[in-house]
Amino acid sequence: MAKILEKRLIRSPDVFYYKIDAPLISKKAGPGQFVIIRLHEKGERIPLSLADINPEEETISLIVMAVGKTTSEMSTYKAGDEILDLCGPLGQPTHIEEVGRVILIGGGFGVAPLYPIARAFRSVGNGVITIMGARSKDLLIYEAEMHYVSDKVIITTDDGSRGTKGVVTTALKQELEQNGADLVMAVGPAVMMRSVCETTRLFTVKTVVSLNPVMVDGTGMCGGCRVLVAGQSRFACTDGPDFDGHQVDWDILMNRQKSYLDEEKESFDAWKKRHAL
Amino acid sequence: MPGRNAMHSKIPIPEQDPVKRRSNFDEVTIGYTPEMAVKEAGRCLQCRIPSCVAGCPVHVPIPQFIKAIKEGDFKKAIDAIKEANFLPAVCGRVCPQEDQCENNCALGKKGEPVAIGRLERFAADHGMKSGHTDIQRLAEPTGKKVAIIGSGPAGLTCAFDLVRLGHRITIFEALHEAGGVLFYGIPEFRLPKKIVLHEINTLREMGVEIVNNAVVGRLIAVDEIMNEFDACFIGTGAGLPKFIGIEGENLNGVYSANEFLTRANLMRAYAFPEYDTPIKKGQRVAVVGGGNVAVDAVRTALRLGAKEAMIIYRRSEAEMPARNEEIHHAKKEGVRFEFLTNPIRIIGKDGGVKAVECVRMELGEPDPSGRRRPVPKKDSAFQIPADIVIVAIGTRANPLLPQSTDKLGLNKKGYIIADKETGQTSREGLYAGGDIVTGAATVISAMGAGRKAARAINEYLKSKSSDKIVMPNPESVILNQVLNQVQDL
Ligand SMILES: Cc1cc2nc3c(=O)[nH]c(=O)nc-3n(C[C@H](O)[C@H](O)[C@H](O)COP(=O)(O)OP(=O)(O)OC[C@H]3O[C@@H](n4cnc5c(N)ncnc54)[C@H](O)[C@@H]3O)c2cc1C
Ligand SMILES: Cc1cc2nc3c(=O)[nH]c(=O)nc-3n(C[C@H](O)[C@H](O)[C@H](O)COP(=O)(O)OP(=O)(O)OC[C@H]3O[C@@H](n4cnc5c(N)ncnc54)[C@H](O)[C@@H]3O)c2cc1C
Ligand code: SF4
Ligand code: FES
Repeated sequence: MAKILEKRLIRSPDVFYYKIDAPLISKKAGPGQFVIIRLHEKGERIPLSLADINPEEETISLIVMAVGKTTSEMSTYKAGDEILDLCGPLGQPTHIEEVGRVILIGGGFGVAPLYPIARAFRSVGNGVITIMGARSKDLLIYEAEMHYVSDKVIITTDDGSRGTKGVVTTALKQELEQNGADLVMAVGPAVMMRSVCETTRLFTVKTVVSLNPVMVDGTGMCGGCRVLVAGQSRFACTDGPDFDGHQVDWDILMNRQKSYLDEEKESFDAWKKRHAL
Repeated sequence: MPGRNAMHSKIPIPEQDPVKRRSNFDEVTIGYTPEMAVKEAGRCLQCRIPSCVAGCPVHVPIPQFIKAIKEGDFKKAIDAIKEANFLPAVCGRVCPQEDQCENNCALGKKGEPVAIGRLERFAADHGMKSGHTDIQRLAEPTGKKVAIIGSGPAGLTCAFDLVRLGHRITIFEALHEAGGVLFYGIPEFRLPKKIVLHEINTLREMGVEIVNNAVVGRLIAVDEIMNEFDACFIGTGAGLPKFIGIEGENLNGVYSANEFLTRANLMRAYAFPEYDTPIKKGQRVAVVGGGNVAVDAVRTALRLGAKEAMIIYRRSEAEMPARNEEIHHAKKEGVRFEFLTNPIRIIGKDGGVKAVECVRMELGEPDPSGRRRPVPKKDSAFQIPADIVIVAIGTRANPLLPQSTDKLGLNKKGYIIADKETGQTSREGLYAGGDIVTGAATVISAMGAGRKAARAINEYLKSKSSDKIVMPNPESVILNQVLNQVQDL
């Protein structure tokens, strides 16, 4: 059992911040790692990245985007409620070293793990530039927080309602042309990570991505999270989630993410019906 | 073959009708009634030198418990079994008796052996129902703390033996349920989860602490455990699934048996959407492999509603490592078998699976395991239509814990090197046993390893309290038949 200590709506209506009591995990976790939660006896196991790690407070934070049954159900949990199972930290922490200039790119819930990653890159002396994109300004999350941990934050919106008009790769290209970079890291939807990799390939900048295939156990036991990297089958939960983006077979990842579309819809519809939504 | 004379054959065990059971997850065999058990027990010759006991890896006092059943003293029967075997309700159901105790039974020479497994199960179930199984008396607390990593049969047995000796036991388990393969792998219709839960509750009542969701190597390191505890046993199993390495293996609808069974058993995906975890219910399901894992997967697929479910196995039926009884059950349920067949490619359509391309095999020269090596026949490629493919060709050592542990001796394949008699690893106070040492084997061999390690750990703790640390000599390894029963496909 893990207790929710704090819960906030950070983007209406579907993105929530949770601070969770996790004494041991908070002492062991590193940036880029994730946890797997199971809400209740009948629940599924879903992976969520660590959005913050606070060993002094003995807490971890999660940012959850309600996209389907489990994440929507979690959005009904309040401070004081308990999550039945919390397992972690899982995966390998992001490899942090001093390389010089690091560009971090976040999209969707991918902004969540970027916060501790940015802080870690900066703490070892890197210059950190964060690029965040969304369709319009109301959909941006965590902007203020990212300012704390970045030397520069670049915002892009599809409709131009805030920051540069366009997508993250437009800003990325500009930044690479003007200032260059020693490392790029992208976290978010697979399509976004793929186009980031296509962009950085032209500049031959090393690009790390944090992959998010469907997972079950998170311990290397099921192989459901396998991804093809440099022609090799790798398990994202134990070998990753970070991989060299230029080596990832994106088609396989994106296809496998769609494995359960019908079932996900069925499950979500049934839940909405039960909750008269 | 059941002989004509009743004395020559086992009392049949009541089973669910094959047509009904192929669409439900209830247990297939229903178990002996007391009358049947007494009658079957009456077949035992009570041999003076019972060869059955020698065939049992943990030496259950077989003639004694069978005699007690014959006399109607079921409590005495279960008490006798429990002295040697902590999980009889499990073993009675899943042990390969035909290769062990029953293979040695004197009656087997002329007809069928005594149904030792069924009787063991009867005694255990009867005991559980009447609540007199939990005989465990605990020794005075010793003040020593032992950590156990992994709650499969190896870890559970080690915990059981050590807690009885008065040590304080903490089990660290990565998953949200304890039991290892007993919970996530072996399906409900063969091993009801309430039995596993019952045994785990017994352990908890005896004072064993089980910490779930604790992945050792991530949440806590073995080194930290060694600082906190007086000794540690590693029983983390061989949980890393192997894939074939053929084209199409990353298509949607291709599962490792571990994933398919974990979804079905641990996550109860067969009850989706009441339970949240989905599973693909194929119309035509092809399972690659010939062990218990493959047979469990194919029968699970059938129960999830497949119109056709088949086993694709590269050797012939005689070489199938699965338990005979389960192969027999699978056949009755309508599972199709493609023997001497090997997949070479999985053909996709719209991101999913359309067919498996296979070649026919023939048996050539014997390989190191003594079985004849299958070799492909020329120009024999053909396609089997399928929408789900399940790969059950074995497992490897999960590197997560070894990689995060210093100075832990591993063999070439990544399994932990441990003394066969004591489980002693390359580090003082650190023991290991079960599949993480032997590679995928059996429930009973894992239990045997847990028991031997418990004995060694107890000796070690005693010597430690008198400050005399005696290190076992790793050279004195006596080949042990049990630990060598590696179930290589
Ligand atoms: C390493 C990793 C880190 C993640 N971190 C976060 C995070 O910090 N915040 C956040 O909001 N989301 C995160 N996700 C995604 C999150 O796990 C899914 O959104 C969640 O599982 C969806 O469940 P659902 O029932 O609400 O929706 P569903 O309707 O089941 O699925 C919606 C989408 O989520 C994906 N998904 C479904 N089940 C899983 C699963 N078991 N594992 C992975 N993806 C799945 C599907 O591809 C689908 O497109 C992460 C995923 C991974 C693999
Ligand atoms: C589907 C299937 C069917 C089978 N059928 C039979 C049968 O009929 N008869 C038979 O005799 N044998 C059968 N077997 C084999 C038998 O189940 C195994 O040999 C036996 O379970 C091995 O026991 P173990 O204790 O070594 O490991 P496991 O049962 O594998 O348990 C290991 C446990 O350790 C946990 N773990 C792993 N890594 C960590 C970590 N880093 N930190 C914490 N915990 C960890 C795992 O989650 C797991 O719970 C079958 C196996 C499978 C998969
Ligand atoms: S070998 Fe068979 S007949 Fe002899 S004691 Fe054992 S079970 Fe009975
Ligand atoms: S989630 Fe099962 S192996 Fe990665």
